[in-house]
Amino acid sequence: MRLRLERTPLGILALAAAGGLFFVLPLLGLLVRAPWPAAVSELTAPANLVSLQLSLLTSLSATALALVFGVPLAWVNARLDFPGRNLLRALVTLPMVLPPVVGGVALLLAFGRRGLLGPALAGLGIHLPFTTAGAVLAETFVAMPFLVVTVEAGLRSLDARFEDAARTLGAGRWYVLRRVTLPALLPSLLAGAVLCWARALGEFGATITFAGNFPGRTQTLPLAVYLELETSPDAAIMLSLALLLVSLLVLVGLRQRWLGAA
Amino acid sequence: MSRSPAVSLLALLAAACGALPAPAPTPADLVSGTVNVFAAASLTEAFKKAGGDFEAKHGAARVQFNFAGSPTLVTQLTQGAQADVFASADQPNMQKALDAGLCENRPQVFASNRLEIVVGAGNPKHIAGLADLARSGLLVVLAAPAVPAGRYAGEALQSAGVKVTPVSQETDVKAVVSKVALGEADAGIVYVTDVRSGGAKVAGVPIPDPQNVVAQYPVVELKSATSAGSAKAFIDFLLGAQGQKDLAAFGFGPP
Repeated sequence: MRLRLERTPLGILALAAAGGLFFVLPLLGLLVRAPWPAAVSELTAPANLVSLQLSLLTSLSATALALVFGVPLAWVNARLDFPGRNLLRALVTLPMVLPPVVGGVALLLAFGRRGLLGPALAGLGIHLPFTTAGAVLAETFVAMPFLVVTVEAGLRSLDARFEDAARTLGAGRWYVLRRVTLPALLPSLLAGAVLCWARALGEFGATITFAGNFPGRTQTLPLAVYLELETSPDAAIMLSLALLLVSLLVLVGLRQRWLGAA
Repeated sequence: MSRSPAVSLLALLAAACGALPAPAPTPADLVSGTVNVFAAASLTEAFKKAGGDFEAKHGAARVQFNFAGSPTLVTQLTQGAQADVFASADQPNMQKALDAGLCENRPQVFASNRLEIVVGAGNPKHIAGLADLARSGLLVVLAAPAVPAGRYAGEALQSAGVKVTPVSQETDVKAVVSKVALGEADAGIVYVTDVRSGGAKVAGVPIPDPQNVVAQYPVVELKSATSAGSAKAFIDFLLGAQGQKDLAAFGFGPP
């Protein structure tokens, strides 16, 4: 049910306006300060294109990994009752509150050369720090919780009676999953995947700590922005705007298509 | 002033951390108030010591530091951050501050620093000099070329005629040291002072003079200084005997 404007308390309106401005003003600052005449040349500079390309590759890979491992994790969290479930849920959301740099150090201690799994991985010929795979891992670590939390909430709000009905009609577990659960879960899946992707695209701290910074290999767009800020602030502003624009388009599209109806 | 609660809290903390109890100010001591110092990250340990000694000398004065990479500090200052003193790790960043009209007078060089190869404790890869950094299979990290330390490392490698492909270009020297300390990288090029403050997990391999680079650290009083007398007093302290002794204790060379 929607409340009409005249029934909304004025205090709420004022605070909402202040809250909205808080998000709009920094964006406006970037837009005002942006070196528009040089926009195209800054954005299409080869070094920046390399970073953009790498960012798309790593953030999409991280989202794919998050889907493969995060959806089952959300399933287990939402549907199974087992000892330590609350602890598991807390652990899964930990990267959301952990400073990303700390996350990066933790990843090094687990998957780094001297980390817990480092020697085993090296035995298999896998080296994660300073590689593109390492950047994907860092982004997955930070971004996957957004997918898990969204999908878990979606699973909880699902009406289990449809699945029960399908089961009583003789459908197997996989058939129910494919034909009943997943289609009903689609909006949450998409919302979770997009949030996860947007977070992965903006990831900075864990990536630079775990994967380092090297153009074409681990220097994603946010890392490029940080370094450009030191040498050519104009380029940094344009890159930030590009990053913001991509995220904004996706988030606006997402809200209208899958959340707007709700 | 809007920032006064935070400032007084920091000043209290700084006072609490000071090594020596502050003597009562003598009537002749006109140096008082808080000196806000923006200083390059590589000065962190040495300036904390010098700040404590300065406060011990001038009982009514307090020093408050903001440590970051020199380019970051220049950005903060040009965007209106209020400070009394700016100490840069290189001349180009000081020049940016001069060009932006932030400086009250001419910068003075107060310290110098040199490069060293940082390796794991005990030098497990037996690195003897810059030429060894080109060895295949060796993981070398450098500071990014945008950072003074990265530019100096490039110059040193060039004069040694060594071509190194680093696995990463870190955003500051401290990150280079931590990658080596964690054992993720085998070697890096940083300042002598960083190796010294890096602790027991790292060791330094000297770089001979003809290949080495001397980094000069300039300091200047800023136009935004609220306590001009104290700002000047702090700079004089750095250039004086006690300040130079504090800097030398952390591996800095004379100007």
